[in-house]
Amino acid sequence: MLRDPRMRQVIGACVTLGFAVGVFAIAFGVSAVSAGASVAQACAMSLLVFTGASQFSAVSVIGSGGTAAAAFGGAAVLAARNGVYGLAMSPHLRGSLGSRLVAAQLTIDESTAMAVAQDDPEHRRAAFWVTGASVYVFWNTGTLVGALLGSAVDPEKFGLDAAFPAAFVTILFPLLRERVPRRAAVTGAVVCLALIPFVPVGVPILCATVGVLFGLPEPSPDETDAVVAA
Amino acid sequence: MSWTFVFVLAGTAYLFKVLGLVVIGDRVLPPPLARCLALIPAALLAAIVVKDTFSSGQDLVLDARALGVGAAALAAWRRVPLIGVIVIGAVVTAVARAIA
Repeated sequence: MLRDPRMRQVIGACVTLGFAVGVFAIAFGVSAVSAGASVAQACAMSLLVFTGASQFSAVSVIGSGGTAAAAFGGAAVLAARNGVYGLAMSPHLRGSLGSRLVAAQLTIDESTAMAVAQDDPEHRRAAFWVTGASVYVFWNTGTLVGALLGSAVDPEKFGLDAAFPAAFVTILFPLLRERVPRRAAVTGAVVCLALIPFVPVGVPILCATVGVLFGLPEPSPDETDAVVAA
Repeated sequence: MSWTFVFVLAGTAYLFKVLGLVVIGDRVLPPPLARCLALIPAALLAAIVVKDTFSSGQDLVLDARALGVGAAALAAWRRVPLIGVIVIGAVVTAVARAIA
């Protein structure tokens, strides 16, 4: 498998992404502890919740004095998108129930995005598992480091708050080569920005899902770059 | 932060994941639905990028992050490897913030 240069390239990109996310996890560990979580709680969140946007949203609401219910609501809304990623990934992850229950925990933005960016089933599966596993390892290591550093570090001073969107931009670019995904992305971005001032934190992201409706019409035959059903 | 909060959030997050991938996921989906699902990462990632770049809580803001993520986007477009893009994004943001 590793003799396939394309596979090596895919695995390299997936591990790199995991490492980058790990750097970002340091920022999560720092934020969690400064929001009042213990080191053990910060680590438990990364091990068990394992979906960065929800974790960040939860500690930021609690840190700014919000109630546990408000923190839970926003985090749960953000976590719901992993269910939708699961639907998208399911055709590529056939296997025993046990392996699917493990895959479920690894179904997050990064693993799904890296998988759908590949052209064939074998690379998709590999991208999913390698990204999921490497993000899991680096995310938890980074959280521990950040939680131990605690308030000694200001993540904003090092621009760590821009690391997450910067990583996502890189994942997003290959998806924008085709017309239909490009429309979905632009719509998602515009809807999200337009709603931010008016609805609770976390909800605009979920509403951005409306962009997927561009997938409804059957791709016309002359549209050579039309999206192919997964 | 209470342990109950941590465990309830963990349970909820895992429930969503299992619901999509294992419970519903086994069915063969109608093609229009499958086409829509394939577009989810594009729509959501774009939304997350603009949210993390241009908002702070419920406020729309234009700050150092816009420069950083803009530089990162340019780097990604020029096919700079991921780790480089992230470093560029963070460094440009940090420098812009320090100057401002």
